[in-house]
Formats: sequence, structure tokens, C-alpha cells
Amino acid sequence: MSKAAKATNVEAQSEVELQSSPGDEIEGHREIGDAELKAIAEAMIFVADEPVSARTIADVIKVDREIIDKVLADLVTEYDSRNSGLQLREIAAGWQIATRPEHHEQIRAYLKSRPSAKLSLASLETLAVIAYKQPVTVPEILEIRGVQSPSAIKTLLDKRLIIAKGRKETVGRPMMYGTSKEFLIQFGLKDLTELPSIEDFQDLAGGGE
Amino acid sequence: MEDNSQTETATPALGEAPTEASQTIRVANSRPEITPDGDTDQLKITLGDFEGPLDLLLYLIRQEQVNIYDIPIARITDEYLRYLNLMQELDLTVAGDFLVMAAQLIEVKSRMLLPRDPLAEEEEMLDPRAELVNRLLEHEKFKAAAEMLWSRATVERAVFTRAEIETDKNNPEVVVGLFDLLRVFQEILARHKEEILLEIEREEISMAEMIDRLRNMVRSAGEVNLMTFFGRAKSRRELVVAFLSVLELVRMSEISLVQSETFGAIMARTASPVEASEMSAESTQ
Repeated sequence: MSKAAKATNVEAQSEVELQSSPGDEIEGHREIGDAELKAIAEAMIFVADEPVSARTIADVIKVDREIIDKVLADLVTEYDSRNSGLQLREIAAGWQIATRPEHHEQIRAYLKSRPSAKLSLASLETLAVIAYKQPVTVPEILEIRGVQSPSAIKTLLDKRLIIAKGRKETVGRPMMYGTSKEFLIQFGLKDLTELPSIEDFQDLAGGGE
Repeated sequence: MEDNSQTETATPALGEAPTEASQTIRVANSRPEITPDGDTDQLKITLGDFEGPLDLLLYLIRQEQVNIYDIPIARITDEYLRYLNLMQELDLTVAGDFLVMAAQLIEVKSRMLLPRDPLAEEEEMLDPRAELVNRLLEHEKFKAAAEMLWSRATVERAVFTRAEIETDKNNPEVVVGLFDLLRVFQEILARHKEEILLEIEREEISMAEMIDRLRNMVRSAGEVNLMTFFGRAKSRRELVVAFLSVLELVRMSEISLVQSETFGAIMARTASPVEASEMSAESTQ
């Protein structure tokens, strides 16, 4: 059924292509049909080592960014509608093709990989404070966590989840920290605005009784 | 995974059913446990991953099932201090942060006991516990945020991207002919030679040995051309040692240096004490 749906889809696209191709040239480039654009964008995302931005794809193919945005949105629906084992997703301000979490057991069995080491609670809490309060200094983190976190900071730096963001112009000029692109990737975030608001946790925290 | 399952199994052991709220503060193995051991007074303590005074305080508040906005400060302070004692008895290093919090609790407790000054400014009319409550709530918010991050990371670890594609960067292809191979082989041979030379250098003779050598040569031949002596040095370093040993023997008046003509060969001879004094006399003139 999905095959048939796909076939009609392709037909429809090629029709559109046929209709729009005559004389419709942009800046002297051969116009690339939507179906081909989609294929090229998909291939580029496939070969990219890290999430590739729509801007980059648009620049390479030399079409408008808006067109790429639309093509990518189509691709996402396509992947989803045919229950693909892959997903096209937006992460760390770019696009990426990845497996779906549902199949992790089989994928892991094939890769013979074990779940990687988790962060300790101390590191996670420190990371949470940094993510929401960035740029933030060590004394400010101490104020919220109520406990020193030097080893947590070191772990997070080692794992490249946080990066130094200059010094704060205050007594002692302490180093300020913020989250990195790696943080977005490891926590599956498009950007920092995708983090739930810290105030949303208020209800959880306050609703004690 | 282990952390999680431990927590899951530990929860029912708590006896008193944990409220919803207590579940919200649970991040991995964050909850310490105190369980009374039968009818004895002994307590079984499982220290979780909790580490700060705020964590301990939150835990006690949940344990006592009291309203965080209306903390019975005397009770909680007592509990807190009891816990600190336990930690000390167990030889756990009680960090300074815990003691600071104890002091703060006692201060709040004492302020609660004092009647409020009716003439005080509005600011001072605030509940003495307010600041502490705010800190606790703030702390708990970030614990919840940490939990959110934890679950996100767990999902993310179940997502895989493709393995690295071979590119020139990570696997430069080898495009070489027979002659390239020969050249490389020669380079390797050359490098090998250098290594051998280095080994010889390491066996260089010491200053004392060099002095002995010169002394023996002068003694056996009566007279030694310094060019011959230096010529035996196999390396620059050995040459320097040889030169220094000549200087040393001259200084100790064991040998004297004689040059029969300008730019002629310099000969080393056994120095008689007389000669030595003559020489020094000459040099002063």
C-alpha cells in the first residue's frame, strides 16, 4: 500500500516537474525539480559527518533557503509516512539522518555496542544549571546546587558538553560556562529554546503537598 | 540502567508510600534511604548519590512528608543534625557545606522562636524560612531539569547515525608506484643508520676516562700531537670532552703544551714541575 502511495506521489511530482520546467530558469541555472532537490538534499544529509544546516544545503544547490526548508519538511513526512527505520530530524541547528530509538535493541545487538557511560547525578545537575543559566560562573552554580562541583565541571568539559565562555567582569574574574553544540547533539535538541522552560519545573517542585 | 532499577526496588522498602512529589525529585540513584531495622533501634542507611546539604534537606522534607512552604523548622533541623551525626559516626567526611547549612537552619530556628518586631519594616516581616524555601525550590527545579536531561540523553543514546564514511581525511588512499616504495624503503634504512649512530654516542666516554686516555698516551709516547688526540674523538661531544680534559690536565700541571712554531702542531708533554713554573712565568711576562 505504501508502495502504491509512493508511486502516485512520484508521478504527481514528475507532473509538476514537467509543467514547471519550460522557461522557468533562475539566475541561469538549470532548474532542478522538487523531486531531484529532495533527493540531493537527502543525499547531502546522508554523507554529512555532523548535522548539516538548511542554509548550507541551499548554498550548495544554489536555491533559496525557503525551498530547501519545504523540501526537508516533505522528506520528514515521507520518512514518517512509510514507517522508515530512519528518521530525518533537526538537531543542533542542522539536519541529520538517524535510526529510530524504538529499534535500539536490535541495532545495538548488531553493532555489538553497549550503552555509553552515563553522566553522574552531580554532573547532570551541574549541566542543568549551566544549560538554563548560561553563561554562568562556578560560584553561581554553587549557589544553586549548594555544593561544590569541580569534578562535575571537569567531566562536562572533558565530554565537550560545556565550553568556557570568557570571564565575568566581577571580583576574581571567574570563568563563565555555557553549553556546546555537542550538548545539543547528545540531548537531541534543535537549539536551546527547545529546552522546556525552567519555570515549568516549578509545579513539580512546589506541588509537594 | 542499574541506577534506575536500584531506585525502583528500593522505593517500596520505604514503607510509607512515597508521594508524587517524592517521585519528582528522584533522579537515577539520588535518594538515600534510612530504614529501621526490625524492632531494634538500629538504622540501616543507604546513602544514595545525594551529596549536598540541599539534597539532604529536601530528602528530609519528603521523608517527614511536610509542606515545603511550611517547614516545621525545629523538627527538620533536629533531623538534619541527627543525620550529620550519623554521617560522622559512619566516618563519612562531612563537607563544610553541610555544616554551613546546619548553622543556617539553627539560625532560622532561633529567629522563628523570637516574637516578631511589630515595628519592623515589611521586608523584615518576611518568614525567616522564606529564603531557605526559595533556595530549596530553586534547587529542586534544577533537579527536575537534570532528570529531564537524563531521560533525553537516554532516548538519544538509543538513536544511531551512520558510521563514518571513508574520506581522504580519515583514510588517505595509497597511490604509489614501485619507485615510491623503494624511496620510502631507503628512507627507512637511512633512519635506521641514524639510530645506530645514536647508540654509539650514548656509549661516549666520560671526562675521567678521557683524562686517563690522554695521560696514558702522553706517558707512553712522551709526547702527543693534540691533532692526533682530538682525531680519535668520534663525535662532537667527545671532542668537547677531549678538549676539556686537555685543559684540565694543563690546569693540574700534569702536562704542558708546546708549540714549536706559529700555527704548528701543538704537542702535549709530561710537565715537570719546573717547566710548569717556567711556563706560568712566561705567561705572566
